[in-house]
Amino acid sequence: MRTKRASLLVTLLGLAGLCAAREAASYPHAFTPQQSKSEEELLTLPGELGRPGGRLVVSLRAEPKTLNPLTAVDAPSREVILGAMQADLVHINRATQLTEPALATSWRVSADYLQYTLTLRKGLRFSDGHPMDADDILFTFRVYLDENVHATQRDLLLIGGKPIAVRKVDALTLVFQLPQPYGVGERLFDGLAILPRHLLEKPYTEGKLAETWALSTPANLWAGLGPFRLKEYIPGQRLVLERNPYYWKQDGKGTRLPYLDELDFLFVPSSDAQVLRFQSGDTDVISRLSADNFFLLQRQQRGFTMADAGPGLEYNFVFFNLNDLGEKASSEMARKQKWFREVKFRQAVSLTVDREALVRLVYQGRGAALWGPVTPGNRRWLNTSVPHPARSLDQARRLLKEAGFSWTNASNGDSVLVDSGGKPVEFSILTSSSNADRTKMATLLQDDLKQLGMHVQVAPLEFRSLIERVTQTKEYDACLLGLVSFDADPNSDLNVWLSSGGTHLWNPSQAHPATTWEAEMDHLMEQQLSATTYEQRKKLYDRVQEILAENQPMIFLASPHILAGAKDTVGNFHAAVLEPYVLWNVEQLFQRDGAGSNSK
Amino acid sequence: MKLPSKLAKWLIALGLLHGAVICAGFFTPYDPGEQDRENTYQPPTHIHLVDSQGHFHIRPFFYRYLNREDFSEPPQEDTTKIIPLRFFAKGARYHLMGFIPLSLHLFCSDPGSGRIYLLGTDAYGRDQFSRILFGGQISLLTGLLGAFITLLLGASIGTTAGYYGGWRDGLLMRLAELFVALPWLYLLFALRAFLPLAVSPLEAFLLVVVVVGTVGWARPARLIRGIVLSAKERDFVRAARGFGASNTYLLRRHILPETAGVLLTQAAILIPQFVLAEMTLSFLGLGVPEPLASWGNLLANLQQYSVLVSYWWMYLPALAIVPFFVGYLGLASALQEHANPHKIEVGVTGDTV
Repeated sequence: MRTKRASLLVTLLGLAGLCAAREAASYPHAFTPQQSKSEEELLTLPGELGRPGGRLVVSLRAEPKTLNPLTAVDAPSREVILGAMQADLVHINRATQLTEPALATSWRVSADYLQYTLTLRKGLRFSDGHPMDADDILFTFRVYLDENVHATQRDLLLIGGKPIAVRKVDALTLVFQLPQPYGVGERLFDGLAILPRHLLEKPYTEGKLAETWALSTPANLWAGLGPFRLKEYIPGQRLVLERNPYYWKQDGKGTRLPYLDELDFLFVPSSDAQVLRFQSGDTDVISRLSADNFFLLQRQQRGFTMADAGPGLEYNFVFFNLNDLGEKASSEMARKQKWFREVKFRQAVSLTVDREALVRLVYQGRGAALWGPVTPGNRRWLNTSVPHPARSLDQARRLLKEAGFSWTNASNGDSVLVDSGGKPVEFSILTSSSNADRTKMATLLQDDLKQLGMHVQVAPLEFRSLIERVTQTKEYDACLLGLVSFDADPNSDLNVWLSSGGTHLWNPSQAHPATTWEAEMDHLMEQQLSATTYEQRKKLYDRVQEILAENQPMIFLASPHILAGAKDTVGNFHAAVLEPYVLWNVEQLFQRDGAGSNSK
Repeated sequence: MKLPSKLAKWLIALGLLHGAVICAGFFTPYDPGEQDRENTYQPPTHIHLVDSQGHFHIRPFFYRYLNREDFSEPPQEDTTKIIPLRFFAKGARYHLMGFIPLSLHLFCSDPGSGRIYLLGTDAYGRDQFSRILFGGQISLLTGLLGAFITLLLGASIGTTAGYYGGWRDGLLMRLAELFVALPWLYLLFALRAFLPLAVSPLEAFLLVVVVVGTVGWARPARLIRGIVLSAKERDFVRAARGFGASNTYLLRRHILPETAGVLLTQAAILIPQFVLAEMTLSFLGLGVPEPLASWGNLLANLQQYSVLVSYWWMYLPALAIVPFFVGYLGLASALQEHANPHKIEVGVTGDTV
C-alpha cells in the first residue's frame, strides 16, 4: 500500500547549542551556462523580479541525517533535499496546491487512467553540468522500486501492492504504466527526486547505495536538479549550499534562477533558540512559529515581515486506546476500554471540549477549531456539512447517562462520574512533553472534563517513547497528538484512515477492520484511490469525514495557523500552508540589498 | 524555658509566613486550579482609592482589564466600572488545613463583577497569588517532611555508627560516602522513567518527598557520628556505664541530647535546601504534576522564551521563596550562635530531654 505519507509532527523544545555565524563571503556569479540557450527549455516563473546575488540563512531544527533522498526520513533531511537540492518531474505548487510542470513539461493520461505519458524538458543538466535524460529517470525508478535498496519512496510507488512500470519511448518521452486506475497519478511524482545515473550507478551495482551521499560527501560527488547544490558541511554548525548554475527556471526577464548565491542552513535545535537567532539577525527567515513567538516578534517590529498564512494542514486530536489487547490486558484496562469503546462516551468528551478556548489560549486566536481532520486551510477537500455541535455539557451528560454512567458525590463535595459498575471514570492523557502547545491543550482538556466528573491526568512523555507506547506496546489510556498532512490531497492521510495503516492511531495495523465503520472507511478510501474525477473522490472523502464525525475515534481539537517571518530585505517571501512553508519558492527568494545576513 | 530573643524573632517571622501558607484558602480569593479563560496572562490588578474622575473612595477598589483582541497590545483598564473589594466575604469553597470546609476569604470581589488578580494570571487565567500560596503548601511540606526523613535517617545511622563503632561504623560510613558521590539528578531522571506513566498528584508528591528525604542523609549522619563519638568517651558517660547503665539508657539520657543542637541547626539549613530540590524537580517536570501548584511548576512556565520576555509577573513565584529562605537561614544562624553545649542545656534542649 502507499503508506508513510503522513508523518508525525515533532517540535523540539529545549536549550539550544548556539553556534556562531560566520561572515558572509562574496561569491562570483556563475551566470553563464556552458550550453547555449537555444537548446534549453527553461521554465519561466511569474512573480516579483529579483536581484541576483547574496545569501539566505535559515535555521534547521536538527542536522539532516543524510543528503541521500533514498534514505531521508527525518524532517530536516527532507526539508533540505526536497526543498532546495532536488527536483521532481511534476510538482505540487505549495501556494496553489495544484500540480504544475517541473522536469516534465507536460503529461497525458490515457482514457483508462492507467498510462501517464510524460514529456521531459529539453536541455536539462545536473548541478555538476552532466546532461540529464530519460535513462536517468529509468535508473531512478529502478532504484526506488528495488526491494534491496529499501528506498523510502518504494511504498509510494506501489499501488494496490503492485509497482508502477516505466518505459522509455524516446530520449524525452516516458510512459508510466499503473497497475490499477489512480485518480491523481501525477501527484505521485511530487517529491520524487531524480537521481544522477553517472554518479550513483556504480554504488548501486555494488550494493552500497544506502551509504552514499552522507553529509560528509565531497561537493563534486554530489549532483541534483534543484536550485542549490552542495558546497560545504561543517559538522554541528551548518550546511552550506551554493547556487546551481544549471537550474532550469528563469524569471520574467529571462534571468536564470535561483537569485541567491548561497543558502545556509544553521542547526538550531529549539524553536525558542531559533527565535533568538532570527531576532539577532543571524537568520533571514523563520517558519513553524508558535503563536506566542509570532506575537513576540510582531511586537518588536524591527525590520521583520510577519506572515500568517492561515490554517495549515496540522490537525490536533485526542484518541482513546481502542486496540484489541486480547489476553494481555489487565482487568483495569479492560474496564477502561469498555468506556472508550462506547461511542456515546467519545461523543460526550467531544461535546465537552471548549475548542474556542483552545484556539484562544493555545494559539492566541491564530488557529481554527476542528471537528474533522480536514482543516479550513484545505478548502478543496473540507466537508462543510459535517456538523459543528456547540459545546454542551447538558447534552454530554445526557449521552453519558444513556450509556449507563452516573454521578456520585465524592467526600470533598465534587461530583464524580462512575460507570455502570460503580467505578469512577479516571484515565490519563499522554502528550508530547516537548510540545508546549499540546501540553497546554491537554491541561485545558483536563479542566473541561473535570466538569463532567471525569478525573483526568496529563502525562507528558518524551516524543519517541510516546510513539512507542501508542504503536508498539499499546500501554496507554488516551493520547493527544497532532498530524500534519504533507499534501492537501486525501491520499496523504491514507495511512491514517485505513485500518491496516501504521498511523491508524487508535488501533494501528489491523489485519481485519475491527468495526463496521472502519471497514466502510477502508472501502471508501480504496474507492477514492481509483476514482478518477475530483467530484467522485470528494464525495467519497466527504463520507469518510462524516463517519469520523459520527464515531469520533479521534476527537478533533484545533489547527494552528502557519506563522512565519522574514527580514524586510528578503524579496518574494510568501509563506505557504504546505511544507516547506517558507522555502517552497526558494529559487525566487532574493536579498533586496544583495547582501544577506551578517554582512553589514 | 526562655528562648533567646533572636531565636524567638526568627521563629515568629517563620510562624507568620507558614501561617499564611497553611491558611492559604483564607488569604487567597480563588481556588488555585480555577481557570478564567477570558483573562489569560493578565498583569497584576492595581488597587485604587482614587477613581478616574479623581474622586476618593474609602473602600479600596479596582478596575477590570479590557480584553485584548491583539495580544501584542498592553492591556487597558476599564475605568467605566468600579469594582469594590470586599473583606471577609464569602467566595469559593475550600478546606482550611485540608479538612475544615470554609468559604470565608480575607478579600475578594462580588461574584460576577470582575476578578482581582493581585499577582496577575498565568496561561490558563489562574490566579497567581492563590497559586503561590497554595503552591507553598506543597513546596514547604516537601521541605519539612524531607528534612524530617533525612534527619531521622541521619541521626539513627550516625548514632549507630558512632556509638557501636567497629565494622558497623566502617560499613555505614562507606555507604554514606557512596551516597555523597552519586549523581542524584541523573538517578532521579532514570527513576522517573521506571515509574508508572501517570502517577496521581499524591503519589507524585510522596515520591518527591521520599526521594528528597533519602538523598541527603549522609552529611548529617557524619556530623552526628562525630558528636556521638566524642560524647561516648566523656567522663559522665563512662561513669554511668560504670554504674551499669544499659546502652539504651546511655543513648537516650546522655548521648542523643548532645546531638539535638546540631540536629536543629541542620534542620533549619536542610528545609530550604529541600524546598529548592522540590522546585528543581517540579521545574523539570519530575515533581508534582499540573494542575496542582508548587513553586517549582509555577516557575516552569518560564521555560518558554515568549513568557520569559513578555510577562514579568510570571517571575513572582521566584520572589515568594525569598522571605522563607531568609527566615530559615536566619533561624539556622541564630541556632548556631546558641549552639555551644552550655547554652543548649538551658535553651533549646530543655524540651527535648
